[in-house]
Amino acid sequence: MALLNVTKLTKNFGGVKAVTDVDLEVEENTITGIIGPNGAGKTTFFNLLTGIYKPSSGDIIYHINGDVTSRMLRPQKMTKYGIARTFQNIRLFKEMTVTDNVLLGYHCNLSYGVFPSVLRLPSYFREEKKAMEKAHELLKIFHLYDKRDEKAKNLSYGDQRKVEIARAMAADPKILLLDEPAAGMNPNETKELTKLIKWVQEEFQLTIILIEHDMSLVMKLCDKIFVFDYGHLIAEGDPESIQCNEQVLKAYLGGDYVAEAK
Amino acid sequence: MKELISRNNIIKSVMVLAVYLLVYLMMCTGIIDSYIFLNIVSIGINIILAVSLNLITGFTGQLSLGHAAFMSIGAYASGILTAKLGLPFIVGILGAALAAALAGILIGVPTLRLKGDYLAIATLGFGEIIRIVGLNWKYIGGAMGLNDIPRYTNWTWLFGIIVLTVVVISNFLSSYNGRAVISIKEDEIASTSMGVNTNYYKVLVFTIGALFAGIAGALYANYFYFIRPDSFGFMKSVDILVIVVLGGLGSIRGSILSAIALSLVSLSLQGIPELRMVIYAVILFIMMVYKPQRILEPIRKLVKKEA
Repeated sequence: MALLNVTKLTKNFGGVKAVTDVDLEVEENTITGIIGPNGAGKTTFFNLLTGIYKPSSGDIIYHINGDVTSRMLRPQKMTKYGIARTFQNIRLFKEMTVTDNVLLGYHCNLSYGVFPSVLRLPSYFREEKKAMEKAHELLKIFHLYDKRDEKAKNLSYGDQRKVEIARAMAADPKILLLDEPAAGMNPNETKELTKLIKWVQEEFQLTIILIEHDMSLVMKLCDKIFVFDYGHLIAEGDPESIQCNEQVLKAYLGGDYVAEAK
Repeated sequence: MKELISRNNIIKSVMVLAVYLLVYLMMCTGIIDSYIFLNIVSIGINIILAVSLNLITGFTGQLSLGHAAFMSIGAYASGILTAKLGLPFIVGILGAALAAALAGILIGVPTLRLKGDYLAIATLGFGEIIRIVGLNWKYIGGAMGLNDIPRYTNWTWLFGIIVLTVVVISNFLSSYNGRAVISIKEDEIASTSMGVNTNYYKVLVFTIGALFAGIAGALYANYFYFIRPDSFGFMKSVDILVIVVLGGLGSIRGSILSAIALSLVSLSLQGIPELRMVIYAVILFIMMVYKPQRILEPIRKLVKKEA
């Protein structure tokens, strides 16, 4: 069953058409890759999916416990709907501890209010304890438990990426959006991350949509790939068919290359 | 309840009680005379103001230059209620808290879209508006100020409210609300996408900060008999901000210690009135250059160890 339907999605910034007439479908429990050259509109597409931008036209519909349409998308409501994301340039709360970062992912599940926290009512202790247990559980899964009291900024780049994913996972999402999770990682770290994403997807029955430039990761992980170029969706299919898709090669390498290759 | 009666909390409560009784006894035996007590009152009021501003500026990262205006609203509210209407002090304090909190919402909502310097200028403007309204409003005495406010503020009220402020604000901060608020300072976009309603929290923080500043204003009005709009001008806001920055943005202990330290510095310079502001400025300058956090860190550690 399709978990996400995008129809005729368009986003203009003044005269610049960042995303044009994109139609796509994402199936439940799959890993979907979005690739394309720089400036192809991938991140804009992500920002549309998470309510940071409003579509100029077209629709986004999530089918998670009832329909969530593009009108209802607001950045601060996404985690409540069951959609969590990470960012291209890591956006951790640098001065906060790793645990606190992950606890913030759990924020949407906490609602005991201001008075119980000020007056230290039983609901405060009950809910905070539950949140802390959840955070510790996630930190153990991501092998970050030993570093739980470190400030996020003191972690290595790879670990920071992991914290960001752990933070997103704390919201208990159905859909996880990863914006270039392997950016800035060395091949070994990328390999480890590939395993981690696969494992997380299977363990939590997630639907993952990821933007990535690292083809080794994309080809290994993704069930389906969408290719963007100049805001258009130019190709879709499984990794094998994308690898020999002429349009994709053209977009990445220029028209002449394809001609020569023939 | 079990969680509340931890060893740590008991030791803290005992220490707080000990400080209260110690000063109380010293006042009874006359070791603390009215002059020393006057200074204790200003220190206490500065602590409340600094801790409440630290919530807004230090923890949430919303630079505010209008904190004295909230104090002014509280002072006048309590002044009107106790002096003009003859109501008891508790009504004055509650009125002050309410009036200032409303003002906090009022300034919080329209400035939601502003950040950094722009927010600072908007709050500065708000402070000036309050001051000028005060200067031109005949009912509350205009530039002449409001006189004959009964003196209700005593050690018990002062200490009780300092403790209340510190407990409420630090409890707020060590909950999911506090994490949300700090995350707004760290990275607003990430904070939003984690489901934090940043607008709600910004207004909330302004409201809580203003509420305590208002109560500080009530304590001030009901101790010094007399208030006038110019006592709560831009310079007063800056004074509070200096305490907060010196004590460390995002450190409640730091705010308390630096409120005490700066008041003592200013006090010890009263013997040389001509040079007082010059030396005060130089001391501030030195303290800022040599990272106040570093100076206060050993003291802070000591306090932490004892607590």
